[in-house]
Amino acid sequence: MSKLIFELSTEGRGARAQWPQTPAEALDDLPGELRRRTPPALPHLSELQVVRHYTRLSQRNFSIDTHFYPLGSCTMKYNPRGAHRAASQPGFLQRHPLAPPALSQGVLGCLHRLQAILEEVTGMRGVSLAPMAGAQGEFAGIAMIRAYHEARGDHERKEILIPTAAHGTNPATASMCGYRVREIPVTSGGDVDLEALQQAVGPHTAGLMMTNPSTCGVFETQIRAIADTIHGAGGLLYYDGANLNAILGKVRPGDMGFDVIHMNLHKTFATPHGGGGPGAGPVGVNERLLPFLPRPLVVEDRTADDGLHYRWADKAESPHSIGTLSAFGGNIGILLRALAYALLLGRDGLLRVAEYATLNANYLARALEDAGFQLAFPQRRASHEFIITLQREAREWGVGATDFAKRLLDHGVHAPTVHFPLLIPECLLIEPTETEDLATLDAFVAAMQATRREAEAHPDRLHQAPHTMPIGRLDEVSAARNPDLVWRGDPPMA
Amino acid sequence: MSQLPDDIKYLNTHEWARLEDDGEVSVGITDFAQQELGDVVYVELPEAGTEVKAGDEVAVVESVKAASDIYAPVTGVVTAVNSDLDTAPEWVNNDPYGRGYFFRIAPRDAAELDELLDAEAYAESIEG
Repeated sequence: MSKLIFELSTEGRGARAQWPQTPAEALDDLPGELRRRTPPALPHLSELQVVRHYTRLSQRNFSIDTHFYPLGSCTMKYNPRGAHRAASQPGFLQRHPLAPPALSQGVLGCLHRLQAILEEVTGMRGVSLAPMAGAQGEFAGIAMIRAYHEARGDHERKEILIPTAAHGTNPATASMCGYRVREIPVTSGGDVDLEALQQAVGPHTAGLMMTNPSTCGVFETQIRAIADTIHGAGGLLYYDGANLNAILGKVRPGDMGFDVIHMNLHKTFATPHGGGGPGAGPVGVNERLLPFLPRPLVVEDRTADDGLHYRWADKAESPHSIGTLSAFGGNIGILLRALAYALLLGRDGLLRVAEYATLNANYLARALEDAGFQLAFPQRRASHEFIITLQREAREWGVGATDFAKRLLDHGVHAPTVHFPLLIPECLLIEPTETEDLATLDAFVAAMQATRREAEAHPDRLHQAPHTMPIGRLDEVSAARNPDLVWRGDPPMA
Repeated sequence: MSQLPDDIKYLNTHEWARLEDDGEVSVGITDFAQQELGDVVYVELPEAGTEVKAGDEVAVVESVKAASDIYAPVTGVVTAVNSDLDTAPEWVNNDPYGRGYFFRIAPRDAAELDELLDAEAYAESIEG
């Protein structure tokens, strides 16, 4: 392990070139009790030391810019630099967040246009860009379902139905919104068990949360019957947009009967993702949930001279809104990247996203099956991701999903999603995305084959993997139970 | 192979239930379940005194792989929970039918146990 930046500190060292330019007398008016008495515990380093430290750390990263990253359902795809460049124009970057609409027509127009594109892509009537992550988008969606039932005086609906294959965030969202969760089983073919669903619905049903294609990597074939069942019982249908990238331009959640949807722009629209960085989880709704959309929301007015004027919707014109979900305009930098991505690709390009994502996943699924791996749903065509189960390898050689995942790192591949969905034992959920070429896919199959041969001949090598990373196999139990995340050394003295 | 004692009852959802001498029912997860979950890192237990219905979610077990709900096998009142698991959840892996039990229930009707699976039926459900 390399040293922490605090451990590299040498008293008195520093780099003044980028210090703030504030003249000392500017602080003369600051009252004495507000002035700090001890200097902040910052490390003392030269500029070159800092550059080397962080460059080295970045080189240890597995990232989409350096490695194949087939993380199922989390959709790690390339962030086009053109979108970054478009969003980095000085007019966007240097705009004050409180600038009035008269000085913000460019950026508000962009946001309005993105709202309109997302409405069209999803088949919904209205979109709010407010939620700043997928989880917040889920929260907004279920909060709107709740507001809808309550506005109708329908207070008995206390239950949200969730298929067992769902993302873990779904039950968490329902619970945060005050609902009880009931699980609906999934059949061995990967579809929701319609009969069990029909038995579960009733006057207590607030709604169903679904991902389609599901995390089993298959398109839910009975979606119309499912929608009819939920609507027939007076509930609403929520679409978790985690896998929207699989169906872009092919079929729209609004047309499938969904009432509300959240989208992960960092997945479907290729904005930067991961590391806890800024996300964006816009929500779309159909006619009946329109009054409940969260703010901030951009509206368009026609001016006297027939021009267009954009502004933020105010509280008075959306009295039923579930409220304001983000400060200022939401994560505008991310939203602009998504708009640039959509405009760069255009209607035909967005369609190709879904086609190539699906083609790549199906190619990889068949190639792995030919190489002797067991598909979880061999009879189904994959959507944009698919599952293999290593149950056989675990039984025969004692080598499971975690061992494969760790060994793949040594082959220069980020591990696919492991042990999810929970209903498939020892599974890998693999999503190549549309941005990978054939050579990369073939290299992945070769790495999987090599790992499998090794699992049979030298299972210990897999148990101890990874071997070539900066650190070897982590003790996950200790990491979960006794996390040691905070530097506790002596702070450097000024 | 996982151990399946034949003096206790099982649920499809991998809990076990044992009628104790004092008439209470102790509850835990099966040897098969702990093997599938891997190292258990956290167990969230109900409070003693909680009334539960058979099939209610009453506890959560979290491992390095997954978090799973634990369902009450019978209707009744939770009389005691295994607070050892707060500091030593590894008992669930090391001794699933003994020191790794989760909680005890005073059953409203102990005959409900008869409706659960016996060792043979549970063994069948986990094969394949």
